[in-house]
Amino acid sequence: MKLINKSHVAKKMPVRLAVNTICKGLFFLATLIGLIVLAILFYRIFTQGIGHLNGDFLQNFASRKPEEAGIKAALIGSIWLMAVVAPVSLMLGVGTAIYLEEYARKNWITTFIKVNISNLAGVPSIVFGLLGLTVFVRALALDRSVLAAGLTMSLLVLPVIIVASQEAIRAVPRDLREASFGMGATKWQTIRKVVLPAAIPGILTGGILALSRAIGETAPLVVVGIPLFIAFLPQTVLDTFTVLPMQIYNWTSRPQEEFQQVAAAGIIVLLILLIFMNSIAVLIRNKFQKRY
Amino acid sequence: MILEKKSKKKVDVEKIIPKLLFLMAAISVFTTIGIILTLIFETFIFFDRVSIVEFFTASKWLPFASVPSFGIMPLIVGTLKITLIAAVVAVPVGLATAIFLSEYASEKTRRIIKPILEVLAGIPTIVYGFFALTFVTPVLRELFPSLDMFNALSPGIVVGIMIMPMVASLSEDALVSVPKSIREGAYALGATKLETTIKVVLPAAISGIVASIVLGLSRAIGETMIVSVAGGSTPSMNMDVTSSIQTMTAYIVQVSSGDAGYGTTIYYSIYAVGMTLFVFTLVMNLLAQFISRRFREEY
Repeated sequence: MKLINKSHVAKKMPVRLAVNTICKGLFFLATLIGLIVLAILFYRIFTQGIGHLNGDFLQNFASRKPEEAGIKAALIGSIWLMAVVAPVSLMLGVGTAIYLEEYARKNWITTFIKVNISNLAGVPSIVFGLLGLTVFVRALALDRSVLAAGLTMSLLVLPVIIVASQEAIRAVPRDLREASFGMGATKWQTIRKVVLPAAIPGILTGGILALSRAIGETAPLVVVGIPLFIAFLPQTVLDTFTVLPMQIYNWTSRPQEEFQQVAAAGIIVLLILLIFMNSIAVLIRNKFQKRY
Repeated sequence: MILEKKSKKKVDVEKIIPKLLFLMAAISVFTTIGIILTLIFETFIFFDRVSIVEFFTASKWLPFASVPSFGIMPLIVGTLKITLIAAVVAVPVGLATAIFLSEYASEKTRRIIKPILEVLAGIPTIVYGFFALTFVTPVLRELFPSLDMFNALSPGIVVGIMIMPMVASLSEDALVSVPKSIREGAYALGATKLETTIKVVLPAAISGIVASIVLGLSRAIGETMIVSVAGGSTPSMNMDVTSSIQTMTAYIVQVSSGDAGYGTTIYYSIYAVGMTLFVFTLVMNLLAQFISRRFREEY
């Protein structure tokens, strides 16, 4: 067996250590790239949009004149959209998660549903738009309404909610269920009164994250045909409407320089809304996170 | 003595609920079936009017011309250009970030940086599109004056930035799950941290890393708003990244936000393009699942 040549190792060692240090620096720089881009993005949008962001901007409807353009219809429209997406996607998502975690037997149907959900999560959002256009807008004749758009978005964010709810339900320890069964509770009583309350923080966190995704999505709504320019508020879920990202898209694609500032102001409102929702999600997670 | 009275009603609820929940679970399956049927039916109508041979072999995508031409290759080329540029940005940066976070960073640093990367992943794509058009493109034009206002380079880079957190976070998961004992074996043989990472940890985690890259690229192929806003609307076959392009997704947006009347050939063409897009991303998602399942190293 050949022995290690100590002088050879000693000669090489400084170089090897130097390469290690250099690469560590490079890895760190790469990590910084993401953070720097984020900082530039926030700084740019803030400085561009802050001048336009005032009370009028929140209260005015969209306008062809940049100085009069406001975001009222889009802001209210986004809230309308949430009012459809939140109940529909939460009900379907949590229901599916309960079925998969508590009732489903290990057979090919269950496996198929699970594989299908993970594939659905990877389908581009614009394809959901094509589904919404064909099924909700045309076949069910819901037209370009809050309901049609809301159902499309609900299906889009469904996989996120299902996966989050599954994890939350799985994290509820067996002991709790067994204690409930031991008291004579039925399966559904156990789920409704023991498992779900314990899983609610996780479910809500996932739900809010899914909702904030729905609020930021543009592509499926463009395909569904939500108008880019609207100067009235919806009265029912069957009325047409517009949302923040659509309004921003509209302003972004206008040639006049001033509309860039209007778009930036709209983006600030959208980002504030998203950060607000994400903070609530984090708050729920931290506050109600019980350890068993 | 407690149960006599309520027991009948209870039994009914206990029987109905699972069926109800199963129906809810079935909706996700119906969604997939709905997507596939929608795309197939409408694509068939399209191929009734435009030959499938033309669709795959013609080299021009000119649906609005007086003599329209429907060859999807230019849209695919545009999509691949964006995906390639995005990969050049996201793979090295994402992988280096993953290595830094899992191998070099302290627990505290990791806990600060990871949430910030999550913010990057949660930014709406329309915001990225605006950023590409109003910041990245002007900066790039300072560097390369020949760059067009709409081009492939700027949205490509921004799509890369968008998918980078996903590649980083999934790769980091793969790296972290490599057991400590393997690293310590390498250290005991006298390897430096870098040598351990490159020669031992990376190969052990390679399936997870490749899967994360494939998933990221699939996301890049399906990305819509960034390329619609900053990429332009000129389908072309050349490999030039400085001129305006069009991707599959951007074409669907262009037609949807314009006035392609219901029932026209152009209307049906968005389904044919959507079908192609769906097949592309489905294949890549299945590939990623296959890789991470088939080649996962068990310890």
